[in-house]
Amino acid sequence: MMRVVLPQHLRTLAGVGAEISLEISAPITIRRVLDAIEASYPMLRGTIRDYSTGQRRAFLRFFACEEDWSHEPLDKELPAPVADGREPLLIIGAIAGG
Amino acid sequence: MSSVRVLVGTKKGAFVLTADGARKDWKVSGPFFAGWEIYHLKGSPVDPNRLYASQSNSWFGQLIQRSDDGGSSWEPVGNKFAYDGVPGTHQWYDGTPHPWEFKRVWHLEPSLTDAETVYAGVEDAALFKSTDGGANWSELAGLRGHGSGPHWQPGAGGMCLHTIILDPANAGRMYIAISAAGTFRTDDAGASWKPINKGLVSGTMPDPTAEVGHCVHHVTMHRARPDVLFMQKHWDVMRSDDAGDNWHEVSGNLPTDFGFAIDVHAHEPETLYVVPIKSDSEHYPLEGKLQVWRSRTGGNEWEPLTKGLPQQDCYVNVLRDAMSVDTLDECGVYFGTSGGQVYASSNAGDTWAPIVRDLPAVMSVEVQTLP
Repeated sequence: MMRVVLPQHLRTLAGVGAEISLEISAPITIRRVLDAIEASYPMLRGTIRDYSTGQRRAFLRFFACEEDWSHEPLDKELPAPVADGREPLLIIGAIAGG
Repeated sequence: MSSVRVLVGTKKGAFVLTADGARKDWKVSGPFFAGWEIYHLKGSPVDPNRLYASQSNSWFGQLIQRSDDGGSSWEPVGNKFAYDGVPGTHQWYDGTPHPWEFKRVWHLEPSLTDAETVYAGVEDAALFKSTDGGANWSELAGLRGHGSGPHWQPGAGGMCLHTIILDPANAGRMYIAISAAGTFRTDDAGASWKPINKGLVSGTMPDPTAEVGHCVHHVTMHRARPDVLFMQKHWDVMRSDDAGDNWHEVSGNLPTDFGFAIDVHAHEPETLYVVPIKSDSEHYPLEGKLQVWRSRTGGNEWEPLTKGLPQQDCYVNVLRDAMSVDTLDECGVYFGTSGGQVYASSNAGDTWAPIVRDLPAVMSVEVQTLP
């Protein structure tokens, strides 16, 4: 099982705690993680990536093993500690706005 | 005894205010969707417990929420707003072509006859419709496909379709308004549209009387007289007596004819309410005095309504969807401010009192009169 940490607003929307667990077969990539999140939590569709373009929303970033993966190819395999659940994939909202 | 439910959208969540028909003791529920911008929420005329809400923010985009119990509980429904076909371009602020991009839902208008049908006015300007309670949305593309679409330009708040009016006497007719394209009407349930801006004069446009390009802020109608429309334009309060085919100015003695909100008394089709705002560069009332102005003559002759409203040091704004009326025997009038106050009058505007004073900035106010 891999683990994902969601921003606070998306936890509230999905009715989950700080972290969710997902069963995903290899290769584990950001695209496949997002697909799994949206399949398990349909209310999150469109909130992490834009419906029409599939692009990450501008105020969100992806972090894996303390590395910024926001601009990595969506089909690049995530690091092993994230893939096997030792480390979570972090989806982080920008600290901005009023 | 009848009761009233006031649906308030704010910059940081939604609130539901309820009172019995006396409208003196109010209960405040919320915030719902805490921390999110709630541009608008509105109930179905067919089933008043069916509510729709537009929830959005810059981080996570757009959501639509639906309630079947008058706002006690909510569930997210469909939020996929995909333009029909190739979106094409409209004009950007500098006049260059800019791709149509969905940003948010400004206004939700439930059908007059079917609780499952609801319309959504969005930014960048387009009209969407759902016939399954908000689960799925499809664009009524004839509007954006109107030949003038590539020439539409955003107002300062974005290129938003902010007003949707359904004609209670003609199922095929509806009106919409866009900042800054103007007002449009369909007579075939949204298949085709015509701009209805004849008589509008906007001095800031290269052609002040152009067919499209006017910054219409809000339009309203009395149900008993669906061919009579009232408009708060960027500057000017306007009136049409022929379903928008022709407009004439009725600003009359208003101290300033800039503003956003406009509404009609529930039982007196010639009684109007506006909130004059100083100017487009100073979005607050004149001289720090918050005043609703009422006309009992369908425009031109206006009187200030000040009792119970702050008459010094008040520098709030009242946005276009932030005024509404109830349909009790003595018509109630309600509006919300950018300072977080929601004011109510239970005597058609003669006197006012705040229902709440310290909400987040109010973006919309809708009133339901319940049996």
